[in-house]
Amino acid sequence: MNFVATDYWIMILLSLLIITALAMYFIKDLLHAVIVYGAYSLIAALIWLQMNSPDLAITEAAAGICTTILMMVVVFRTSRREE
Amino acid sequence: MKDFILKRIASIVLPFICIYGFYVIFHGHVSPGGSFAGGIIVGLSFIAFSTIYGIEKGRKKLPEKVLVYAESYGTLWYGILGLVGIVKGVPFLANKLAGIDMGAPGALNSGGLISLIGIGVGIRVASTMVTLFFTMMEEEK
Repeated sequence: MNFVATDYWIMILLSLLIITALAMYFIKDLLHAVIVYGAYSLIAALIWLQMNSPDLAITEAAAGICTTILMMVVVFRTSRREE
Repeated sequence: MKDFILKRIASIVLPFICIYGFYVIFHGHVSPGGSFAGGIIVGLSFIAFSTIYGIEKGRKKLPEKVLVYAESYGTLWYGILGLVGIVKGVPFLANKLAGIDMGAPGALNSGGLISLIGIGVGIRVASTMVTLFFTMMEEEK
């Protein structure tokens, strides 16, 4: 096994993806969890870009931001704290 | 939302975001992106407009009737273009079999029916996203 620089870059991004996914589960404030979800979709878009698929990267970035905004609206309309 | 700087910056930036979304839609078959991603970007520009300037001004820019018509006719446009193949005597959504000129690979007019279908899909996705946002933001009666 010989690693090149992009392999280490993908490993860093994947570990960040796992960290953000776990953080979304453990954060109790729903607004903060939605913001972390935006970071999650940004990291996923960077991973798609590193894996040579810019098509999926554009779709992931656009759809991730759109769902983040919709979830933020839902948090504003309902309660912010987890019951 | 009465932030002066936010409004001025948005009035400069938002038209370019909208134009970029239409660029992604129209170049969906030759470059990265596609009609789905482009439609979401167009929808996001309108969502940002109604977030910054207030929901009433956004409603004035895109009334409910326009959104309903865009959503329905975008889907209908897809179906009508699919029927071109059946009219020519080949399967549904056939492109090269229907005798459509495909052009040189990599050129903007190389997709046949694909680029025309993409316009309908992009308009439909944009209007769906804006409708979702307006439905959630509006006050209950």
